[in-house]
Amino acid sequence: MGRNRSLLIAGLAIALVVAVSSAWLASGDPDGLERVAEDHEFIDLAQDPGYEVLSDYTIPGVEDERLSTALAGIIGVAVVGALSLGAGMLLRRRSATPPGTRRG
Amino acid sequence: MILSVAVALPTSPPGGPGLHIPDGFLSTPIAISGWVVTIAVLALAVRMTNRSLDERAVPLMGVMAAFIFAAQMMNFPVAGGTSGHLLGGALAAILLGPWAAIIVMTAVVGLQAVLFQDGGMAVMGVNIFNMGILTAFIGAGLYAVAKPFARSTAPMLVVAFVAAWLSVEASAVATALQLAASDTSPLDVVLPAMVGVHALIGIGEGLITAAAIGFVGATRPDLIPRAATVPEGAHGT
Repeated sequence: MGRNRSLLIAGLAIALVVAVSSAWLASGDPDGLERVAEDHEFIDLAQDPGYEVLSDYTIPGVEDERLSTALAGIIGVAVVGALSLGAGMLLRRRSATPPGTRRG
Repeated sequence: MILSVAVALPTSPPGGPGLHIPDGFLSTPIAISGWVVTIAVLALAVRMTNRSLDERAVPLMGVMAAFIFAAQMMNFPVAGGTSGHLLGGALAAILLGPWAAIIVMTAVVGLQAVLFQDGGMAVMGVNIFNMGILTAFIGAGLYAVAKPFARSTAPMLVVAFVAAWLSVEASAVATALQLAASDTSPLDVVLPAMVGVHALIGIGEGLITAAAIGFVGATRPDLIPRAATVPEGAHGT
């Protein structure tokens, strides 16, 4: 249990460092699909989602672009980590709990 | 042209679409097929993990999702003013087995579309299939085949690198086929273009995957499925 806890803390810490530092370090160049879509002229087909939450990894209202991306990254790491952990806990609980053995 | 690009993708960098297909690139039948296949595989993944999820896999699922989401924000430059980022499906599948990895990747890709408008909503099924399901099956499949030959660390990392590289190429081929089937771009144009650029991006995927597995192996060797000690639940057979 203690090992699992330290795995969780260390893993989330690494993820947070990567997400936050991506605001400063990530390349802004178009990526693979975007590059191909530009080169072969179908990028214009891309439709606006029609709504925005944290569109393009930014927080609406936070002027500083890097700070905005760093904060969006923190939110993303927290939400997706919780989502996946929750799914795992749910599936684990429903999965084999053989009689007489310890529970997850 | 430049102007219209700016309009279509308002504030593109940082963290572009990766292999995340936006709405508008794919035809409705392809988008629907993506949903059908993805939902079917996801239902199977829930059944398989429901039956046999390893206790150690639970915290690792949370950590993997968080790390893969973060790593997908970290675009790295490849040649010619182009960037790429980790997909992570192969990495998750090597550590968790394909079924739990598919659930992790669904959480990542789903959240990216819903919360960050990265990847279209209508084509989310296709995106989960390309980036989460294909990559997980290739990662887990190749690793399972090569495992008996990879008892020590170095060959194991080579296998991880190759599996990760192949997973990106498979994802790129699938995307090219879907674009061609949608009459967005002719296959003889889009297939070599996608395969070519992702051959480079796949090197980044391979290096990050091997590094991550090396790191996990050095700190928590019990989490690495090896030939001798295959955790029964981690790889739902």
